[in-house]
Amino acid sequence: MINVAYEIAEEKIFCSGHHACPGCNAALAFRYIVNTLGKDTIAVVPPSCGAIISGPQPLSSMRIPVYQTTLEASAASAAGIKRALKTQGKDHVHVVAIAGDGGTYDIGFQSLSSAAERNEDIIYICLDNEGYMNTGAQKSSSTPYLAYTTSTPGGKPTAKKNVAEIMAAHRIPYMATATTGYLDDLANKVRKAKDIRGMRFIVILIPCLDGWGVADHEGAKISRLAVQTGVFPLYEVEYGTKYTLNYGSQGIPVAAYINRQKRYRHLSPEQIDEIQQVVDADWENFKAKFTT
Amino acid sequence: MTRMLLNGNHAAAHGVRLAHPKVVPVYPITPQTPILEKISEFQLQGIMDADLMTMESEHSAMAACITASLTGVRVFTATASQGLMLMHEMLHYASGAQTPIVMCNVNRTIGSPWGFWPDQTDSLAQRDTGWIQYYCESAQESLDTVLQAYWVAEKVLLPAMVMHEAFYVSHALEIVDIPSQEIADAYLPPFNPPHRLDPEIGASWGNVVDQDMFNRHRETLGNSMEAAVEAALEADKLWKKLTGRGYGVIETYRCEGAELIIATTGSMAGTVREAVDQMRDHGVAVGLLKVKLFRPFPVDLVRRTLDGVPKVMVLDRNFAPGTGGFLHHELKAALYGLQNGPVIHGYLAGVGGTNVPPVKITGLAQEALEEEPTVLSVWKG
Repeated sequence: MINVAYEIAEEKIFCSGHHACPGCNAALAFRYIVNTLGKDTIAVVPPSCGAIISGPQPLSSMRIPVYQTTLEASAASAAGIKRALKTQGKDHVHVVAIAGDGGTYDIGFQSLSSAAERNEDIIYICLDNEGYMNTGAQKSSSTPYLAYTTSTPGGKPTAKKNVAEIMAAHRIPYMATATTGYLDDLANKVRKAKDIRGMRFIVILIPCLDGWGVADHEGAKISRLAVQTGVFPLYEVEYGTKYTLNYGSQGIPVAAYINRQKRYRHLSPEQIDEIQQVVDADWENFKAKFTT
Repeated sequence: MTRMLLNGNHAAAHGVRLAHPKVVPVYPITPQTPILEKISEFQLQGIMDADLMTMESEHSAMAACITASLTGVRVFTATASQGLMLMHEMLHYASGAQTPIVMCNVNRTIGSPWGFWPDQTDSLAQRDTGWIQYYCESAQESLDTVLQAYWVAEKVLLPAMVMHEAFYVSHALEIVDIPSQEIADAYLPPFNPPHRLDPEIGASWGNVVDQDMFNRHRETLGNSMEAAVEAALEADKLWKKLTGRGYGVIETYRCEGAELIIATTGSMAGTVREAVDQMRDHGVAVGLLKVKLFRPFPVDLVRRTLDGVPKVMVLDRNFAPGTGGFLHHELKAALYGLQNGPVIHGYLAGVGGTNVPPVKITGLAQEALEEEPTVLSVWKG
């Protein structure tokens, strides 16, 4: 038994014996998402590592119904379930879509944006590992600047899309960022989302051990460094206007984050410095949102 | 029963109203939009209690139809042309999940280039997606067929498409008999599927299966499709008993002793009927075979109907490059090996929405009677 500083209340929905890689942070996120949402939940999962983790028929890693949809249709599929539940008086059942960044930032974005605009009563969670990791690490629009993927072998020439701000701009009831290095915060956000009606969106940064070139035991550490360096601040936005910062930059240099990942090992000191400058500038701009 | 002057789209919308779908995801496209507009009106007036979802695309509309249906409610959507093309992936997904969705598709040309004209290539190109397909020639038939489609779809657990053509049917006004809600309710039992997404049940759908399971799924799907011919005949018989209107899955008109039978689908059937009357008046022995149910293709009925007939002339308002006319193609396959089967002339007539008046059909029939057929479909403007 490992002692941690917090306890997270869980309902036993997610089971062991799933097909994730050893040390997988996506499986960890799955556990705290569905164990927080509880048994009155239907999950929607598009093709992704999540589909593997959910388990092949007739097995299932989760004690709830899981509908596997097509890559671009998670939000529309979840909305269809929720509308049908409502007409049957089963409004107490939560519907959660759990998709990757390819299925969210890229091909699934059209249906996601529309579901947000209609304020569908669903929870949409993006497990963001910054690339198409299930197909062997190709670039998505979530892949960060200069990161290696098999489709950007020279490093990605453009910036990561800021999906959190885009979703907040839809003025949905709840938008949050989370990551697996802060599991209590992650579970709290899922719990908070569970009690809100309307469209809820949480993007969870998931270090992909294989895709990022990270040691099996280092997922949580990398996740914490992403926050502490200011690369991925943890915050919430309600109705597009009310910002709350949970965890932000502690001034740790981004090199501490980058140097632990093989996807950045081709970078020159100048390039790391360039990334540092971008992160610093972003953090300064970002902080302004929280001044009251 | 009420009698109203309605266009084909509004007639179809009345059919939908009578079926009481609970979730209706919609997306506009010409010439389908009046269907969704009329349904929105019904909903605002409180005549329909459907939950309307104004989606951002046909792809999402079909995605929501599938999950709402899997969650246990009756659903409806409508589309046309490019919209149906965008749905293609989800059409397979719907039949794979055996969801009895009913959808109206208003047949319209597919780009490029752009066009808005009656042409059945959009839906016929979806013939292999596992959907039941009906083709209607009038507003009345579209209304009646929407209800029949629900009956059949929910009986065999397959999605069903109801087609009528752009403008010829979709926007043309006709006198339509609208059955009472009591008749519709007596006809269509409440939707109560054996499987559904519900935490109380715990069943899932769609996850990876192994090769053997996939093989079984496909075979099951095929069995459902096969059962749909009988189901469609039964559905039509029951409807006729309640309303006096029946269509069969195929219809023959003045085929007795015919030297030539003109086979077609959709609105062209009405024009052919006119041409047949004119030719019969002049002593030419021709008849009409209207194929209403295209998927599953009623092979046995078609073989029995055309056994011993000397000649068939197919009129296809649709075209698949490399294949020719879809009905021509289907008929050749259906009649293969029939000892006294007819020779078949395949004519591409009206592709892209060009006008095909009765006089043109009588001319083509004369030509077919005099000439030997070619294997491939022939362009006839």
